[in-house]
Amino acid sequence: MARIDLEHIRHAYGAKPKSENDYALKEVHHEWNDGGAYALLGPSGCGKTTLLNIISGLINPSEGRILFDGKDVTHLSTQDRNIAQVFQFPVIYDTMTVYDNLAFPLRNRHVPETEVDRRVKEIIEMIGLGGWAGKKAQGLTADQKQKISLGRGLVRSDVSAILFDEPLTVIDPEMKWVLRSQIKRLHKQFGFTMVYVTHDQTEALTFADKVVVMYDGQIVQIGTPAELFERPRHTFVGYFIGSPGMNVLPAKIDGSTAQVGGESIALNFRPEIKSGAKTELGIRPEFVSIGREGMPVAITKVEDIGRHKIVRARFADQPISIILDEDGEIPADPRIAFDQKAINIYADSWRVGGEA
Amino acid sequence: MEKTWNNKAWFMVLPVLVLVAFSAVIPLMTVVNYSVQDTFGNNEFFWAGTDWYVDVLTSDRFWDALTRNLIFSAIILAIEIPLGIIIALNMPKKGLGVPVCLVLMALPLLIPWNVVGTIWQVFGRVDIGLLGHTLEALGINYNYVQNPIDAWVTLIVMDVWHWTSLVVLLCYAGLVSIPDAYYQAAKIDGASRWSVFRYIQLPKMKRVLLIAFLLRFMDSFMIYTEPFVVTGGGPGNSTTFLSIDLVKMAIGQFDLGPAAALSIIYFLIILLLSWIFYTVMTTSDAQS
Ligand SMILES: Nc1ncnc2c1ncn2[C@@H]1O[C@H](COP(=O)(O)OP(=O)(O)OP(=O)(O)O)[C@@H](O)[C@H]1O
Ligand SMILES: [Mg+2]
Repeated sequence: MARIDLEHIRHAYGAKPKSENDYALKEVHHEWNDGGAYALLGPSGCGKTTLLNIISGLINPSEGRILFDGKDVTHLSTQDRNIAQVFQFPVIYDTMTVYDNLAFPLRNRHVPETEVDRRVKEIIEMIGLGGWAGKKAQGLTADQKQKISLGRGLVRSDVSAILFDEPLTVIDPEMKWVLRSQIKRLHKQFGFTMVYVTHDQTEALTFADKVVVMYDGQIVQIGTPAELFERPRHTFVGYFIGSPGMNVLPAKIDGSTAQVGGESIALNFRPEIKSGAKTELGIRPEFVSIGREGMPVAITKVEDIGRHKIVRARFADQPISIILDEDGEIPADPRIAFDQKAINIYADSWRVGGEA
Repeated sequence: MEKTWNNKAWFMVLPVLVLVAFSAVIPLMTVVNYSVQDTFGNNEFFWAGTDWYVDVLTSDRFWDALTRNLIFSAIILAIEIPLGIIIALNMPKKGLGVPVCLVLMALPLLIPWNVVGTIWQVFGRVDIGLLGHTLEALGINYNYVQNPIDAWVTLIVMDVWHWTSLVVLLCYAGLVSIPDAYYQAAKIDGASRWSVFRYIQLPKMKRVLLIAFLLRFMDSFMIYTEPFVVTGGGPGNSTTFLSIDLVKMAIGQFDLGPAAALSIIYFLIILLLSWIFYTVMTTSDAQS
């Protein structure tokens, strides 16, 4: 239970970073509220694991400070930070039983044995390994090992924070759902700060109060799922969140109109653009409508995915995706219109102007 | 896919059989042959049955030598295995230190047995050897030619110097195969240094330790060259191990019958003990 501040954290694995590209973390300056549930989302290699390891003290950042509740812990060891972490690749102690594996973090901290027993029994039921307590951990299957790994992270009730690094990757979907809601319940019960790394955006969006999107060693946006959806701060967030991702079209901005190909699109604000910046217009497929009025478009493909259809088309020589209701009709000479409120303008990939 | 059965395939195995026959079975059977017969020379042999075996097994000479062997193996295992583990744990895991350490460790292993013996024989001599002379100068009475304890200490130190590296290298191979995530998890779980060793490092080294243990046991049990070069089995009989005794018997006294019987017994003991160690260690592994 702690508020975690990351102050200008930068990290390079190599000894002497020369260019910006040598940094696995470019600059992270951010606070994690006490008791918050954060999902950390980002493509492979963007620095998620590195960030978690810096918070837990497994690696020391090249630059910057880490504060827990205002206290500088940058140079404290992992043990002294009192953090639990569940790793991307499950780690189990082969020679111990399932029970002893789960009891290990408690016994190392000299928790009384009755308390150990109570906690371990609760967790072992939660992860669905009730009947396996006395079994050696060695012969277990990959998903059982991952559950034990997860269980060891959850067994301590007094931690400042729990960091989960894709803890459910090899677990089957149904069990995933169960475990996810159990983690949520424990989070409510104990109020630890929680950071949850995942590749799975539905997991992130349903799980967390705040979603943190990382890209190329930076945090590009932190927000509620709705904010990420409606106002992506960076074109990457637009692509990455949503399925299909946001349409990003090269555009020339002229006052309060955007020129895409030969079409003029009126904006409801006047973006201020530095001269020479690469400008783009972003619109989510959900906010593009097809009808008889508007700008001409050439349909290339229609995918029916149940509740709605995804229309792939070419607009102003750019590919564009449109989401259409299941019973939506495509007229013979289709035209499209953009919902003005849902248009975002980007300069050099970062969002400009408009209300946040 | 259908398997084709072709009896001619057996011919492919024949060369191996022939090779094994010449290298192992035939010499072994010659020894067995000697061990059940008696001879007075001239290539005339008389059937002796199990007489030689009874002779050997009832002689004090055999039991004394066997005891020496067992004590020697026990001592060097008790030193080399823990020492090897400790050194391996403290070797660098990355950087320039790794190749340097590996080469240093491999050096003693590359030296032939009799050279090792000669090195130590000279090294330990009181008159010209650096070690012997220094000890003498320090007022320590050290003389492996006259004092049985000194002779034993010399042999043990020599073996430890020669062979601990083997244990180190095997353990090191086990240690570097442990992914970083294990150490990270141990830190998160608040494990002590001892717990990390007990629950992460030792289990990973178990297999290589079994190999190290068996190799060092068999090898030390068959020790011959070093005592032969350094002490010649003395002072008295204090370093006369089975192998030394065997050679004395066969070549020194030309008692081929008893020597052959002793060879067979010696061979069976090594086989038996190795098998017992192996079974005990692998079953304890399977249980865990
Ligand atoms: N121990 C290391 N030594 C050197 N470079 C590393 C090390 N660990 C990670 N990196 C590099 O740092 C960058 C960030 O890696 P990190 O593991 O934090 O990514 P990630 O977001 O967790 O990726 P994934 O989703 O694949 O787990 C990558 O470019 C990676 O190659
Ligand atoms: Mg990772």
